[in-house]
Amino acid sequence: MEILIYGTINSVALALYALGFAMVYGVSRLPNFAHGALYVLSGFITWTVLNTLGLNYFLSILVSFAATAIIGALIYQFVLIRIRGMEISEIIASYAIALAILEGMRWAGFKGMNYTLPVFIEGSTTIAGVTVDVHRLIVVAAGTALFGLLWVFTRYTRIGLALRGMAQDERAALMLGIDSDVMAVVAMGMGSLMAAMAAALLLPLGNIVVESGYNVLILAIAVCIVGGIGSWGGAVLAAFIIGFAQILTVVFIGPHFQQVVALFAIIITLILKPSGLFGQQKELEERV
Amino acid sequence: MTGTDIPILEVSEVTKTFGGIIALNGISFHVKPGEILGIIGPNGSGKTTVVNCITGFIKTTAGDVRFKGRRITGKPPHKIAAMGITRTFQIMRPYYSLPAYKNLVIPLFSPRARKTGGWRGGGKLGDRDTVSIDILEEIGFERDSYVPYKITGTLPTGYLKRLELARCLALKPEVIICDEVFSGLSMSEIASMVPLIERLKMEGITLVMIEHRLRELFQVADRVMVLNFGEKLVEGTATEVMADERVKAAYFGSEQVEEVMKHA
Amino acid sequence: MNVTTEQMRRERIDRGIKVRSDGLYALMSWRELSYLMTPRTILIVGMLCLPLLMPGAYWQRVMSIVCIYAFLAVGFDFLAHYVGLVSLGGAFFIGVGGYFSAILNTTFGLPPLVAIPMATIAGAVLSTILLLPCLPLRGVYFAIVTLMYPLFAARLIEAFDMLGGTDGIMGLDSFPNPMLEQYFIIGMLLMMLFAMRRLVNTDLGLVFRAVKDNDQAVRASAMNVTFYKALAVFIGSLMGCLAGACLAHIYMWSGISQFALDFSILPIAATVIGGSGTLVGPLIGCLILVPASELLRDFGTLRIAFYSLILVGFIVFRSDGIMSWGQRKYEQFERWKKI
Repeated sequence: MEILIYGTINSVALALYALGFAMVYGVSRLPNFAHGALYVLSGFITWTVLNTLGLNYFLSILVSFAATAIIGALIYQFVLIRIRGMEISEIIASYAIALAILEGMRWAGFKGMNYTLPVFIEGSTTIAGVTVDVHRLIVVAAGTALFGLLWVFTRYTRIGLALRGMAQDERAALMLGIDSDVMAVVAMGMGSLMAAMAAALLLPLGNIVVESGYNVLILAIAVCIVGGIGSWGGAVLAAFIIGFAQILTVVFIGPHFQQVVALFAIIITLILKPSGLFGQQKELEERV
Repeated sequence: MTGTDIPILEVSEVTKTFGGIIALNGISFHVKPGEILGIIGPNGSGKTTVVNCITGFIKTTAGDVRFKGRRITGKPPHKIAAMGITRTFQIMRPYYSLPAYKNLVIPLFSPRARKTGGWRGGGKLGDRDTVSIDILEEIGFERDSYVPYKITGTLPTGYLKRLELARCLALKPEVIICDEVFSGLSMSEIASMVPLIERLKMEGITLVMIEHRLRELFQVADRVMVLNFGEKLVEGTATEVMADERVKAAYFGSEQVEEVMKHA
Repeated sequence: MNVTTEQMRRERIDRGIKVRSDGLYALMSWRELSYLMTPRTILIVGMLCLPLLMPGAYWQRVMSIVCIYAFLAVGFDFLAHYVGLVSLGGAFFIGVGGYFSAILNTTFGLPPLVAIPMATIAGAVLSTILLLPCLPLRGVYFAIVTLMYPLFAARLIEAFDMLGGTDGIMGLDSFPNPMLEQYFIIGMLLMMLFAMRRLVNTDLGLVFRAVKDNDQAVRASAMNVTFYKALAVFIGSLMGCLAGACLAHIYMWSGISQFALDFSILPIAATVIGGSGTLVGPLIGCLILVPASELLRDFGTLRIAFYSLILVGFIVFRSDGIMSWGQRKYEQFERWKKI
């Protein structure tokens, strides 16, 4: 039972990590290696606003949402858009931006164990004999709500439909009057926003540390690859597979191996079915 | 007609599905040595998928492909090419950043070419650059012009289609599967391509041609097979195929058939 | 000025001497010979003189580190721009080479000059085998997976507490003397550089470029793409493992910090700054970046942020790099032409 509950919580967390990355890659084919950096950055913005400006906690979370989304959009507008479509350059540049953000923060003194955010609601409750923090339940609830909202957004709003159009065929979208540059910036802004939302939900569970930027990136990529890039259903399923696999490893083998699971998941997926669980791009590509 | 009746290429009950879509549904046909088989069919009828299945670029869901009686299903593409079944790509895939003649150095580097020595080679491969320019000259690149030395990306479509064929020839193939070598060419380019195909046939190379340009295809093909929605509709000589009612219904507007028939 | 440039166009024309010395047969005069030889001589003589010019042992050590990074950078350049495999995990090669050399030296007692070549080859074989499953991947996917290799290698060593665990393997023999160390590394670097430049111009190099350009066509040409990719990874990791083995003996220590990010990102930055696809460019990039990062050592991790930003700047605004720029100036002249 414990495994089931904590596995679910862990899986939702993984799906939250992956959501923004999957969105940016799906829409503009940009592997945003700065995703994890934006996640940590947003955590530190919240902390700074909360502790140095002394704003209300929820207000500071909102500030960090806005700031992260704007930073993401600016990074895209001023740097990444210039090298759009040059795969090698995109990877290197976004990775370098991630390093600059993370190592810059480390230099600015954000290291150690003393950066924490308060949980939304203190206390814990008992489900089927297992004690769970209320905050973790909020994570699951909010995560599910976020997926639902996103689903509605991409199906029933103009911008959402435009993003889906771009994801399916950029040239066709261009011909239908969708400005692909603007949409890519929007997608990057939204991807960053999702990183910030994930940070707001998940960071109160632990310390804010720079290293988690790399971990989040790796986990996000793992989920996307296992699920099949471009498939959201696949990503959610993959999040659950990896999430439960991680919890099972922690329980039965040892906590050291938790991170190793993600790499094995990636390698096994890539060997057996390179397009991921639900991705069909590779096979379809050959039909041309 | 006794010895030549043994098929060089035999495709039996090949099925391919993409997810839920059935691209090929139990296709069977055979190709005799030295003949030209045409495959026609509307867009999306599975013509290119047949090529991909034979040459190993995609894995078949079910069925068998045999080359001279040996089963080649499931072998990787480079092994199949090394046995002598080569293909061209419908969407041309030259090495755009290299000069045209360097495109042929790559197939000439392969084990098969080293053994056979290239198209005209008698088992010994000479200097790769020279051999590749020789092949290009035979296939219609003017030797003493600058054309073979130009960067491939700057060449017009006609030359690129020839380059696709040249890549096959560099391996000294037994079978060439041409995926729409005529499409996208101007009338005069096609006019110069047809004799080339006929010459390849005279040299004993077996050809499978996938085409939309029916008039030119019927000039050269010995037999024609029609695909529709992943299934084999009919097979026979050009006249037989044209006379078939199902083909008319499935594929052509009736006027086009008459127009083609006038020229055939 | 702005008004006039609108009707002007800049045109670049090859210098006469470049055209004359292009064909080997045309080398008739000392002038053309020296035109060809000067840049190469400057590089070789310069590299050989550098250890002598350095003030003190500290900067001599820095020169060795420059060469270590240059190995990685040349390997990265080769893999990324001649084979199309962007490997973000240079640190993995360093680590593998370093640990191999450490084991050979401490457990089997081999002297450094024997252990290094053996570790290089063994490490390259191991890296190639470990990377085999990733070879069918292209572009982004390959980059992502290689990025993870060093991170997980470090985690595994920690988790299993093997190979000395978090302490690493200590007590390696150093090179017999500093000058030998310097010249061994510089000599190897120049040799590797020469070999690479030869390699990419052979037919095998052409096949590598073809794999990058269009791997389906290579398949259709009866060639095993995975084999050639594996061969390329072997060549690339040869460089990386050699660097790692040398590094382990310079610091007389091999540990998980050899899987650190520095070794992955700095060579990439050096390649971009020096000029990607030129093979010599990465060396020039290292000659600039590594001493700069030594000078910035007081700022701690800020230097990673610093050269990340330089990297972004170069990749966005000056993507051809110093070497390509220099080559252009050397081979061509520019003039404004009226339209």
